[in-house]
Amino acid sequence: MKSRVASGVVMAAEAPTTTDWALDVREIVAGYGAHTALDGVTFTIEPGCLAGLVGPNGSGKSTLMKVVLGLMNPWSGDVSVFGGSQVRGVVGYTPQVELVDWAFPVTVADVALMGRYGAVGLVRRPGRRDREMAMAALERVRMADLSKRLIGELSGGQQRRVLIARALAQNADLILLDEPFAGLDATSQHDLIALFKQLSEEGKTLFVATHDLSCVSEDFDHAVLLNRKVVAFGRPADVFTETNLNEAFQRHLMVLPGGARTFVGS
Amino acid sequence: MEAVADFFSEPWSFEFMQRALIASVIVSVVAGVIGTFVILKGMAFVGDALPHASFGGVAIAFALGGSLYVGGAVAALVTALLIGVIGRRGVIRYDTAIGILFVGAFATGILVMSTQDNYTADLFAFVFGNVLGVSWDDVWLTAGVGAIVLLLVVLFYKELLFTAYDPAMAAASGLPVDAVQFGLLALLAMTTVIAMQTVGVVLVVALLITPAATAQLLTRSLSVMMVVAAGIGALSSLVGLYVAWHADVSASASIVLAATAIFALAFVLAPQRGALWQSSLMRR
Repeated sequence: MKSRVASGVVMAAEAPTTTDWALDVREIVAGYGAHTALDGVTFTIEPGCLAGLVGPNGSGKSTLMKVVLGLMNPWSGDVSVFGGSQVRGVVGYTPQVELVDWAFPVTVADVALMGRYGAVGLVRRPGRRDREMAMAALERVRMADLSKRLIGELSGGQQRRVLIARALAQNADLILLDEPFAGLDATSQHDLIALFKQLSEEGKTLFVATHDLSCVSEDFDHAVLLNRKVVAFGRPADVFTETNLNEAFQRHLMVLPGGARTFVGS
Repeated sequence: MEAVADFFSEPWSFEFMQRALIASVIVSVVAGVIGTFVILKGMAFVGDALPHASFGGVAIAFALGGSLYVGGAVAALVTALLIGVIGRRGVIRYDTAIGILFVGAFATGILVMSTQDNYTADLFAFVFGNVLGVSWDDVWLTAGVGAIVLLLVVLFYKELLFTAYDPAMAAASGLPVDAVQFGLLALLAMTTVIAMQTVGVVLVVALLITPAATAQLLTRSLSVMMVVAAGIGALSSLVGLYVAWHADVSASASIVLAATAIFALAFVLAPQRGALWQSSLMRR
């Protein structure tokens, strides 16, 4: 019953070893108090892929991210990242922009350098090599010119880029992004998707939680449709069927098949 | 000319004024540094609560004949721990937990005080501050504790910065975020204990947040903000003691009001972030 499309895909593949996956999530059950937020979540993501995590509010997207990051212990189930069970420090993360304190007196370079803090170790100071890695990460997201700016002086698109640079400076090969498109205008969103594609071509695996179905269906390699369970995962064209979307979003969403595109509204 | 020189040098010809200056400068420097984290993390209420809570410990230590500093420190640390224990369960909000605990601890102090026959002078000094009454022993203790607090901030600067700025990401990077956050409360508790004698529990929060808030108006980076906050705190102590000497008013209140006046000046006149600068931008 749970994750129909999901288990179908896994079974059909020739029993892959865990190291084949950038992210392998198995039978995760997690929640808060008596509330079950994730009820047997299972899916996999291939390395170097641009993957979307889509679901309605309250579907458990943020909980799933916390579990994958090791910020929250699941009640049962396993997460493995590139075949290893150690997720702390291995997975990069960019939080929702609203959760970041943009008034904090730090510069763009300071934030990128924070990506090195976990590797530097307690008490020790980041060295020249760490600064070079932070600067290289800023260059990859084209923010090196603004490295001395205060983070409070950035535009919405620039804010996202700095947070991504921090994950790159960490040397994380899997990066989780929580609602990076929220509040962005069309041009900035387009630029951000171009950056995602560039990074995935360079071998990074990106796992992006978003409300934006059309952008995932047009530009992403992979989609996970979540509503406490995985409704479906795989290629966006296979995942975003009318049946799956109606099951995931239930009455929060009306699906209008319109030619090549699927229009959705709440 | 000589009158002017006298005006500035006269107070320091008395040893109790020298002790007062040394103690209050040390306390306000330490409070400025810790206060920077306090205001950036929105912890002003905790900054007010821990000094009040530590008064409970001071009173108990006084009644038992123990060290007042140790009593205050223990009470502040226990309160900080309990705030974490109660707030983490999620049913009671953190600010509610803080409110319940600090009032309870402060009331304990008043209760214990009311059982003592000879309490007034000694214990009231901790409530309202008695910087002119500090002994050389107090000065050495203040210097020692202050040096430890500053050393820990320098050692763990990177961890304190990351945890204050983005605790979720800091935890995901493998930093011991819970330990760092409790460590910051412990540093706050130590600052509180040395500040009690200078300005008293009621006014400690002013030394924590007012110089740091002034520094925020004037600076662009955390490390510079900490240094400037420390400098403004030291300046407030100096100005406050002059005012107290020449006008013959309460020293602790004068120190706090000097800090308030410097904040008011910065709030109006600061480049870029001051009220005048911003309103002139609006009119353009």
